[in-house]
Amino acid sequence: MDKKKLKGGIFNRISDTNLLLCITIVIFLIMYISAIVFLGGGFKKPQMFFNILNNEAPLIITACGMSIVMISGGIDISIGGVVALVSMSCAVYLDKTPGGGNVWVSMLIALAIGLLFGIVQGYLVAYCEIQPFIVTLAGMFFARGMTTIVNTDPFNVENSAFRKLKDTRITIPKMGSYTKKGLYQAAHIEIGVVVAIAIVVVLFLVLRYTKLGRSFYAVGGNPQSALMLGINVKRTKFLSHVICGLMAGIGGYVYFLHVGSGAPSHATGMEMNAIASSIIGGTMLTGGVGNIIGTLFGVLSLSSIQNIVSSAGLGQAWWTGITIGGMLCLFLLIQSIVMWAKKRSLKA
Amino acid sequence: MDEYRLLEMRGIEKTFPGVRALQNVDFSLNAGEIHALMGENGAGKSTLIKVLTGVYSKDAGTIRLDGKEVKIHSPQDAQNAGISTVYQEITLCPNLSVAENMFIGRGNGKITNWKEMNDRAKTLLERLDIPAKATQQLANCSIAVQQMVAIARAIDMECKVLILDEPTSSLDEQEVEKLFGLMRDLKAMGVGIIFVTHFLDQVYEVCDKITVLRDGQLVGEYEIRDLPRVQLVAKMLGKEMDDLSDIKGEHEAYHSPDADMKIFEAEKLQSNAGIKPFNFHIQKGEVNGFTGLLGSGRSECVRAIFGADRVIGGKVKVKGKEVKIHKPKDAMKNGIAYLPEDRKVDGIIGDLSVRENIILALQVMKGFFKPFTKAQAYAFADEYIKKLNIKTASADTPIKSLSGGNQQKVILARWLLMHPEYLILDEPTRGIDVGTKVDIQKLVLELASGGMSITFISSETDEMLRTCSRLIVMRDRKVVGELSGDDLTQSMIMSTIAGGESDE
Repeated sequence: MDKKKLKGGIFNRISDTNLLLCITIVIFLIMYISAIVFLGGGFKKPQMFFNILNNEAPLIITACGMSIVMISGGIDISIGGVVALVSMSCAVYLDKTPGGGNVWVSMLIALAIGLLFGIVQGYLVAYCEIQPFIVTLAGMFFARGMTTIVNTDPFNVENSAFRKLKDTRITIPKMGSYTKKGLYQAAHIEIGVVVAIAIVVVLFLVLRYTKLGRSFYAVGGNPQSALMLGINVKRTKFLSHVICGLMAGIGGYVYFLHVGSGAPSHATGMEMNAIASSIIGGTMLTGGVGNIIGTLFGVLSLSSIQNIVSSAGLGQAWWTGITIGGMLCLFLLIQSIVMWAKKRSLKA
Repeated sequence: MDEYRLLEMRGIEKTFPGVRALQNVDFSLNAGEIHALMGENGAGKSTLIKVLTGVYSKDAGTIRLDGKEVKIHSPQDAQNAGISTVYQEITLCPNLSVAENMFIGRGNGKITNWKEMNDRAKTLLERLDIPAKATQQLANCSIAVQQMVAIARAIDMECKVLILDEPTSSLDEQEVEKLFGLMRDLKAMGVGIIFVTHFLDQVYEVCDKITVLRDGQLVGEYEIRDLPRVQLVAKMLGKEMDDLSDIKGEHEAYHSPDADMKIFEAEKLQSNAGIKPFNFHIQKGEVNGFTGLLGSGRSECVRAIFGADRVIGGKVKVKGKEVKIHKPKDAMKNGIAYLPEDRKVDGIIGDLSVRENIILALQVMKGFFKPFTKAQAYAFADEYIKKLNIKTASADTPIKSLSGGNQQKVILARWLLMHPEYLILDEPTRGIDVGTKVDIQKLVLELASGGMSITFISSETDEMLRTCSRLIVMRDRKVVGELSGDDLTQSMIMSTIAGGESDE
C-alpha cells in the first residue's frame, strides 16, 4: 500500500494548476534575468519593470477576467471591443457634455458598460446554451460598432480633473536610477498598476477560497460531474462571464487612464493578448486548470518578450509578432511535454 | 427491523423524444433496507434514478420522502433532501483535489476552509482505508480509488437515502467486500440503500429486496428469499418459465461436409476491456454464439477475437496456425469479418452512398491508393444489393436514408464482399423489423451451409436458439458454460446464466 502512495513522486503531490504555474514563473525568471545579463541597458533599471507594469496594467486586469472564463471552460473574445467602447464612452462623457463630466461618474459608466456586456453574454452562454465563442464574437463586433457610433474620430481628453488623475504617479522608494547626465529619477508606477494588483489579489483569493471560485474549476473540469456534485452549473458559467465583463470594464477604464484618449481602434487584438497571457500563465483552453498569479506572470512574460525583441534591435512589429508566436508555441510545447511526462510517470 | 417507509415513488412517467423511458413506475424503499433495482439495459433503471436525483425532471408522478411530498429539480435539491448518489461513471472533477471532490457543492458556506476540509477528508479516507491523500489531485488516483472517493463523499453526507448505481464495476473483490461492509453499517444506522448492479452474486449477497423493471415498466417488487436466481433472470428477460419450452426453428440441421477443421481457436484470450481470459474455437461451417445478459462480456469477447479492443494476453490460431491479431486489419487479413453491435457508431458512414459503404472494407484491404474503378464498384454493389435484397433507390443513395434493416444489410454486404471464412455478427438484428430479422437469420444459416463459420450474438435468446448449434454462456465477464445439442433450450440458458449455488 505504501508503494502505491509513493507512485509518481513529485508529480503525484502537485496539481496540474500548480505545476503549470511553476513552469510559467521559472520561464519568466530565466527570460528576464538573461535579458538583464545579455542585453543590459534598460533592463538593468528597475523602472523598465515598472514601465512594463504601467503599460500592461489594463491587460493584467482583462487577462484575469479571461482566465476565469477559461477556467470555467469558456472564452470571451469581446474584451478588446469592450475596452475600446469604455474608453470612447468615457472620453465623450468627460469632454463633450456641457460643462465637462465628473470623473467619478465616468468610472461608473465604465463599470456599467462592462457589467452589461458580461450579463448579456453570460445569459446567452449559460441559460440559452449558445457557444461562448459565437456569443462573444457577436459581442466584439457589437462593441466595436458601438464605439464608432459614440464617436467616429479619435480625440484626446482635456478634462482637467481627469488629466490630474491620469498624471498621478506613485513613487517607489529606493528603486530609482541615474540618467547618463547623473540626474536621479525616482521609480514610479501609475494608479492603474495599483488597481491591477488589487484585482489580482482579490481574484486570487476568490478563486482559491470561495465556493464560487472552486465552482469555476469544477465546472471547467467536468460540467456534467459538477452538476452531479450539486453545483449550479448555469449560474457558475453566467457569473464567470459577468466577472470577465466587469474586468473588461475596469480594464477599459485603466486603459483609458493610461492613454487618455478615445479611439475606435483602441485595444485592437487585446482579447488575443489576454488569451495568450492566460495560456502562457498555465490556464488550459480545455478548462479546469489555471491560476491568476500565473496569468499575471503570463502578461509579464508576453510584455517582456516584446521589450526584449525591440531592445535587441528588432524593433519592427513583425519581429515582435513572430517572436511571440514562437514563444507561445514553445510555452505550450513545454507544458504538454511536462503534462505528458507526468501522465507517464503516474502510469509507470 | 421497523418497516418505516422512507421513500415512495408513485406513478413515475418519463418520456424522451421517441421513447417512453418510464411508464407508471412505482418504487418504495424502507429505512434500513438494501434494495436492488434490476433490469436489462434500457429497462429504465438509470432513468428512474436520475429522476430521483433531479438530473431529469419527471413528466408525472409523485415522490414522497419521509411521508412528505418533495419536489426535486436539481442534484442539489436531492442532496439537500438527503439523497446522495454514486453513479456508475465517475462523476467527480478530475482537476480538483480528493478533499475538494468530497466536499464541493455541499453546505451553505461561501468560503472554503482548506485546513478543515483537508482534515475531515483525511479522517474519512483513513476510516474507509482508501489509499489516497486528501490534497492529491483526483486525476492522479486510479479509477478504483476515484470510485471509492465518490462513495466516501456520498456516505459522509449523512444521507437518508443512498443510491449506488453500479458502483462495483471498477472495484476489485477486496474493495467490493469493503463496500458491502460499509453498506451493512449504513443499513444498521437506518439508511435506505438503492443498489443497481449487473452482478447477480452481489445482489444475493447484500440485498433485502429486489425491484425488477423491464422496458420502462415495473415488473414487480420481491423479497429476496422469494425470488430464486432463475426466476429473477426470467423476470428481467421477460419470459415466464412456462413459455420456455424450446422453440426449435425450421432451419436447424445445416452441416458442412468438412466440419472438423477448426477455423479459429483462441486460448486464454484477454483484452483490456475487462473480460476474464477465455478459450474459444469454431469449426468450419459452424454457427455458434455468445449469450448472457447485457454487460456480461459477450461483445467484449468477439471484440477481442477481432482485435477491436487491445488484446493483452492469450494465443490465437487460424486454421491451426498461430497468428497475431493486434488490430482489426490483422483479423481481416486472416479472413475474419466483424459486424459491430452499434451500427450507428461503428458501422455506417451516413453521408456516403450505399455503393461506397459496401466497398469500404475491401478498399481498406486493397489500400487507399489503388481505388476500384467505378464500373467495378457498381458491379460489386449491384451484385449484393440483389443478393441480399437491399431496398434502396439506387447504389448512389446515401445510406442514412435507408431503413435500419437495410442499413444492416449494407454492412453485411460490406463484409460478405470480403469473402470471409469467419464472420462475427454482434446484434445484427437489433432494432430492425421482423421480416428483415428472418431474412438475416436465413442468410446466416445459408452462409454456414456454404462453409462459412459464423459467431452470432443476439439479445433475443430464441433467435440464438434458431440459428446456433452451440452457445457459449457468459456471466459477470467470464465464460460460465457451453451448451449444445439437447441442452439448447431457453430454460437451460437461463439456469446457466443465473448460475446455481452449485456454480462456484
